[in-house]
Amino acid sequence: MEQLSLVLVQLFGSVVDLNRPGHYLHWGFIQMSLANAIVIGLMVVVFFAAILIPFRRHGGKS
Amino acid sequence: MAIDTGTPAGSGAPAEASFGQPEDAHQLSAKLRNAAVEALPPGRLMPDRQPAYVASWIYVFGVITIAALSIVILTGCVLAVMGPTWWHVSTTGLFVNSLHLWSVEVFFFAMVVHLWGKFFMAAWRGRRRATWITGVVSFMVSVGAAFTGYLSQQNFDSQWISTQAKDGINSTGAGAIFNVTNFGQMLMWHIVLLPLVVVLVVGIHVLLVRRRGVVPPFADPPSSGGTAQATAAAGAATIGADGTGPVPTPSPSSNGGPA
Repeated sequence: MEQLSLVLVQLFGSVVDLNRPGHYLHWGFIQMSLANAIVIGLMVVVFFAAILIPFRRHGGKS
Repeated sequence: MAIDTGTPAGSGAPAEASFGQPEDAHQLSAKLRNAAVEALPPGRLMPDRQPAYVASWIYVFGVITIAALSIVILTGCVLAVMGPTWWHVSTTGLFVNSLHLWSVEVFFFAMVVHLWGKFFMAAWRGRRRATWITGVVSFMVSVGAAFTGYLSQQNFDSQWISTQAKDGINSTGAGAIFNVTNFGQMLMWHIVLLPLVVVLVVGIHVLLVRRRGVVPPFADPPSSGGTAQATAAAGAATIGADGTGPVPTPSPSSNGGPA
């Protein structure tokens, strides 16, 4: 279990390196961390998915 | 519903006849009870069926928001009992602390998606302004609750955030009564005052949804002819609590009530 945790941590760490200053985006006077921009982008994607994906009911109707 | 809160047929007596003695109708408890039952009859408070247009993912995100808030409150209570040393050092404490943080992330994520959806539905239509406003207020108070939570972590992150925020708060003139570098004050705001307000406002929001009902879709312009009829038909149909339906609307009290 402990080895599995270490493997997962190393895998995650190889993708996202949290042991250094974060990335920031700059648009003029607007400054935003990349992490926050990703979360906002995800919210927009999920919002449009919530609008467009049919809400299925029992019996297969949408 | 099995409980009949209406006026007894032919008697002309008020609703309290179903619950108390007529001679007690002048008492404060009877007046409050009758006002509450009149505003939210049991059939409207816990309806079995909803209008067909409630079958939308946007409302699922409203429910996710409340579910996440429940986890936030629950894990916050555990953190309050065990204390900072436990949540910083022990494995279980770190886990519960992370649950508290990530349920807040889910809370805001779902709340924002729900808010966007309701904004584009113009959900304040039909005497639902108070429902919309309580939703907005709960969002703003939640931002304050989250902010004071970051200040209550008791680590370098909270020190950094408080020293960065103090100038902003002081520039508003609120620094005299809301000192972000005062850990004890921020902790009390975070675990007493703001959670009370959030839970209270969210509770009022949900009761208003029950009282006023969910906002119906926009009516199509008259030129579209048959489509407008289809929209009206969709609004008149309801779905059961188990998702079955649509079926014809049974009564105003079970589909959320009049606007």
